[in-house]
Amino acid sequence: MADTIVLPDAPAADAARARREVGRPVTRLEATAKVDGSVEYIHNLRLPGMLHGRIHRSTIAHGRIARIDASAALAVEGVHAVVTATEVATLVPNPYYGPAFHDQPILAFGKVRHVGEPVAVVLATDPHVAEEAADLVSVEYEPLEAVFDEVAAAAPGAPIIHDELKPAGLFTDLKHLAGRRGTNVALDARLRSGDVETGFAEADQVFEHTFRTGKVMHATFEPMVTVAEPTGSGGLTIHTASQSPSFVRSEISRLLGWPENRVRVRTAFLGGGFGAKLYIKLEAMAAVCALLVRRPVRIALTMDEQFYTITKHGATVRIKTGVRNDGRITARQVETYWNGGAYADIGPRVTQKSGFTAAGPYDIAHVALDNYAVYTNDPPAGALRGFGISQLVWAYERQADVIARALGIDPLEFRRRNALRNGRLHATGTIVYGMEVEAVLDRLAEQMAWHRPFDRGSGSIRRGRGLAIGVKACVSPTTSTAAVHVYGDGSCAIHTSTVDMGQASDTTLAQIAAEVLGLPTAAVRVVHPDTDVTPYDMATLGSRSTFHMGNAVRRAAEDARAQMVRIAAGALGVDADELECRDGAIVPRAGTAMSFRDVMLARFAMQAGTLVGVGSYTPPYKKPDLATGQSPDITPFWMLGGAGAEVEVDCETGRVTVTKLVNVADVGRAINPASVERQLTGAAIMQLGFTLFEEMVFSDGQVVNASLADYKIPGLLDLPRELTGAFVEIPHRDGPFGAKGVGETGIFSPAPAIANALYDATGVVLYEMPLTPERVLRALRQAEHRPLEGD
Amino acid sequence: MSARHERRMSFTLNGRRVTATAATHETILEVLQRDFGLFGARESCGQGLCGCCTLLVDGTAVSGCLYLAAFADGAELTTVEGLARAGDLHPIQRAFIEKSGFQCGFCTPGFILMTKELLARHPQPTEDEIRHYLSGNLCRCAAYPDIIAAVKRAADLLSP
Repeated sequence: MADTIVLPDAPAADAARARREVGRPVTRLEATAKVDGSVEYIHNLRLPGMLHGRIHRSTIAHGRIARIDASAALAVEGVHAVVTATEVATLVPNPYYGPAFHDQPILAFGKVRHVGEPVAVVLATDPHVAEEAADLVSVEYEPLEAVFDEVAAAAPGAPIIHDELKPAGLFTDLKHLAGRRGTNVALDARLRSGDVETGFAEADQVFEHTFRTGKVMHATFEPMVTVAEPTGSGGLTIHTASQSPSFVRSEISRLLGWPENRVRVRTAFLGGGFGAKLYIKLEAMAAVCALLVRRPVRIALTMDEQFYTITKHGATVRIKTGVRNDGRITARQVETYWNGGAYADIGPRVTQKSGFTAAGPYDIAHVALDNYAVYTNDPPAGALRGFGISQLVWAYERQADVIARALGIDPLEFRRRNALRNGRLHATGTIVYGMEVEAVLDRLAEQMAWHRPFDRGSGSIRRGRGLAIGVKACVSPTTSTAAVHVYGDGSCAIHTSTVDMGQASDTTLAQIAAEVLGLPTAAVRVVHPDTDVTPYDMATLGSRSTFHMGNAVRRAAEDARAQMVRIAAGALGVDADELECRDGAIVPRAGTAMSFRDVMLARFAMQAGTLVGVGSYTPPYKKPDLATGQSPDITPFWMLGGAGAEVEVDCETGRVTVTKLVNVADVGRAINPASVERQLTGAAIMQLGFTLFEEMVFSDGQVVNASLADYKIPGLLDLPRELTGAFVEIPHRDGPFGAKGVGETGIFSPAPAIANALYDATGVVLYEMPLTPERVLRALRQAEHRPLEGD
Repeated sequence: MSARHERRMSFTLNGRRVTATAATHETILEVLQRDFGLFGARESCGQGLCGCCTLLVDGTAVSGCLYLAAFADGAELTTVEGLARAGDLHPIQRAFIEKSGFQCGFCTPGFILMTKELLARHPQPTEDEIRHYLSGNLCRCAAYPDIIAAVKRAADLLSP
């Protein structure tokens, strides 16, 4: 269980107030539905007359499409239609979509850029028929040279994957890229603070390393699914397992050339998201198919197909750090190549928004950061829980222990000496607030019993321990709006476009509204995203919902409360400031309380009507300078995650067993402590998989292990014997009741903590994740000067 | 596919005698979803590796995504929808709520049914037995610590 500490120095004004709903481990609103099988997922949706779409995918990594022959597929009994780019173009002449760049065609348009790219969709009444027929579509390609490595793809002379860069315009900070030709570098983002050459000259020692992370993927258990349904009066409803219903509406409208009010997008609970179900995945394809055949169309991926749809970025991180012998870092230069795959998806934002944190949570006078989003012929890479952060933390925290050892300084002490403190300037030029580096390090040291002697094992079993700390800046600029509806009988519902994909956002947001309205959380209903009725939200991503939507819900509830108080004041003939809202009623200092039902009766003169409270939240933001990356206001809040690990290494087999894993996060304030702990621990276990065994293996762009049979994810037997989560609560001035987002924090640091423990145990430095037994054994044998075959 | 072979079956589903017709290549999962509107058993990996599609056939947990519908003829099937009695959740379901043994919930029915099989065979399992017995069920949200707690709690609730 988490043991929570509330540090005494910072209770915000409203955090001191007694309250009943916020700060309590409230049971999820949908708990019963999740254990009795009745919970709604889009996965379950079947509509009358619906056709099943099955995708025919590219078999090559890069090439021109010479010919598509669908005749054999069309000849299969039960096949209704085969849709290719030609049919798409009749509805959408410019069929390219994407949140950052308009570079991804609804179906391959003249060219394919990765293995598995959708080329055609076969529609049939029976999904088995669609599957059989999809294999019968025949495509002739003229192959082009392909490039898979991100550094090679960025180099001059590499095969060019996109003729021209086409930034989407949604993000103003990408506009300058429009029209660039002859490059695979989709975005180069720079940050300059101080002068690194001066900093390196001041250093006693300079360390340079190159770290890599491979590609992994989300493996959401509810595979991606979209049902598109043409509706009367020329509209379209898209039922989709999406984390970003508002974006789907605007992007589908843009593609079709329709006003947004003709497209309705709705979601249900998601069977996992982790960043996979963002932006456009199957929605454009399903929408076009449905409009072409004027019937509902369901496209549902298999687990295997998800491997070709979206991945985490592989990255090459070159990191150079200058230190004085007293352990102070004088300069840091980081050059990162992000393998974005064939389509940009949100890669340029990953590159920029995580890239500026590459110097870590450290106070460094001279920093130079260069980040390159690079197109390759791999499947597209996008957001995966942490959005670029864990690749960078892997590099700077792994290097930290190498430096600490070279200087003879304890790794914890090395981090303390360089900790970035509140009130200091981050490398971006933003004054740091709410980044509790020292508190997290203290907590980590305590959880790890860092200053106690440690048994390092003997013989072929060696033991070690390590720690790491990483930081993320919550993505900005973004906006959220919410509405709180009070119905005629006095019951309430929240309308938001935040998607509950397992992180318990429904319950968290209901707790916030309940707190304001003086209701039990279970009395608040949460209306699921439906763009016809729920207001705009940027998306459910980047740990932003509790903070942004939490603030919007809080304001909406306050608005509803203020309206009810005004009505009650009039009805009771008292001043509004003599009334408070609690126990589902407006309560005067003396006399009879008015229930919400009474308030509605007073307002509408009958037991009917709706009262709507509205709230929006858009935190301040200053766009960074293009040349220097400097901004006085780069993020609404910082997220800080530390991890500690103890490992046992079998030096004869290379197997690393994590025996203890500790997670410490700076959470602002936990709205629901049980959900917070579950998110942190869940993220840590996910990262444990990425650290030890998860890896997409490619051969000429083909994923050779695209199934859960060959791509192993963590199970019960992989859990460390000891697994603890702890959090530091120092209320954030801008968070709802002091809360910050936490969905990703637990994923930042376990990988370097485990690798540092391996280093502690054996002295072996590994530069690339995952730490497979083969990689570890090869490194151990090299260190002993008896390399294995092939080294 | 053009020559569609169908088979008519009768079986007991959550305590009721039912009949269904399915093509010979169809899985029991497809029949449960299409003909009975039951979505508690759900397909994820499609290879019998994740456990999301678990149901009980004559008391034994099987992977519904691989189990051909035709094999169900004459069998007794239990899905997660069949656990509650007269509107009261089964003690295992109550334990999963009490310990919050889930996040997104997609894998939860599988874990609950596998727990039912486990507790039928080992009423008071050790933590090690729980980990091994449920190791064929995966949870991508990794609610594993809470799942272990839920199984222990369920064992307590069910102990006489």
